[in-house]
Amino acid sequence: MSELKSMSDNTPNSPERRRFIGAAAATAAGLAIAPGVILVEVAHGRSEEQGASSAVRWGMLVDATKCATGCNDCVTACSTENGWTPVAESAHPKQAPQWIRKLELQDPLTQMETNLPMMCQHCAEPPCVDVCPTGASFKRADGIVLVNRHTCIGCRYCMMACPYKARSLVHEPLNDTQKADVPRGIGCVESCTLCVQKVDRGDGNTACAEACTAAGHNALLFGDMNDPESEISKRLRELPTKQVRADLNLNLGVRYHGI
Amino acid sequence: MKRLLAVGAVVLTTAALAWAGSEAQPKASGAPKPVITKAVKGEQCVEPTDIMRRNHMKFLDHHRDQAVIEGVRTKKHSLKECINCHASEKTGSVAAAKDDFCVSCHSYAAVKIDCFDCHSTKPQGSVAMHPLNAETAHYKHQLAAQANSKVSAEEMAGVAQ
Repeated sequence: MSELKSMSDNTPNSPERRRFIGAAAATAAGLAIAPGVILVEVAHGRSEEQGASSAVRWGMLVDATKCATGCNDCVTACSTENGWTPVAESAHPKQAPQWIRKLELQDPLTQMETNLPMMCQHCAEPPCVDVCPTGASFKRADGIVLVNRHTCIGCRYCMMACPYKARSLVHEPLNDTQKADVPRGIGCVESCTLCVQKVDRGDGNTACAEACTAAGHNALLFGDMNDPESEISKRLRELPTKQVRADLNLNLGVRYHGI
Repeated sequence: MKRLLAVGAVVLTTAALAWAGSEAQPKASGAPKPVITKAVKGEQCVEPTDIMRRNHMKFLDHHRDQAVIEGVRTKKHSLKECINCHASEKTGSVAAAKDDFCVSCHSYAAVKIDCFDCHSTKPQGSVAMHPLNAETAHYKHQLAAQANSKVSAEEMAGVAQ
């Protein structure tokens, strides 16, 4: 994004020009590394001083047809990256944080089974933000829905409002077990951040999607839904996808195929 | 008589001095002063020390809002970078032991901080392995960059450790 941004300062930012620059940079850099990786890098590397931009909307495509039964790699990767205790290891499983969880669904009539990970759907119109009394629950310019723990009072209204049960509260002191990049603590609500620390670092991918690709399932695809040339936009154009509880009209950042 | 007076004066003076001394003694040994350990890495903080002592909380507050809400994660004034430099060599933390950098002053001033309810008190990875980069924004690095003088790799490594 940095290249595009700096150029748009003195030149009109037409879509043709954007696309041309993106393609040119991708071809140039594509000589060095795999093309898929480059596209993401070109589109989203921004400098430290630059804040999140509303020109970008981060999102994820979940292909439930590729999501493997019994595989928990995305959940493990998330807990490792973000430093939360997995439910199985928790002393209080009912209170354990769940930034992402695997669901196994079965159609009662046909017995067809579906596997999918469920997490914060990063709504464009998030109910958690609507109800937050302190403004701690907020949507960042690039579409990532976050909790500002400096203003969160732990009232859990957002947990009630979320149709996806995506949020959890930290009930007990964490005693300095947090990751340096992922501050989290007692009395605050938390949920999937789309690995905001990795996004801001310019990794251009989330821990869960990386783990899914590493396991060879390729069920998770992370990217910029606003960039027509991004891998996720291309796939979204081709595949029939659904939003969970589309009736709520929340315009979700996480889209599912095969449900 | 005169001699007696003189002796008396001397005795009185000595007693007065001793009394004054005894009064001064407890003041000197009052509350233990905070131990301020020199940062493990870096020669100079991102701001002059006196400004930092008075205003570090303002810098941190401003930076945290920028980082969390806007996504501007500059290294200067970032709590993570404070910890990277000031984590004690003994505990590897800024708040684990009584003498660690943050706790030392804050317990002396009786100001409770809740930064570390959520933030890790330890740098990412080990202190020694922390990669040196120019963006760490230490004065010495900045000055070196401005002066455009060639700083040897050994010298820069020396600054980092």
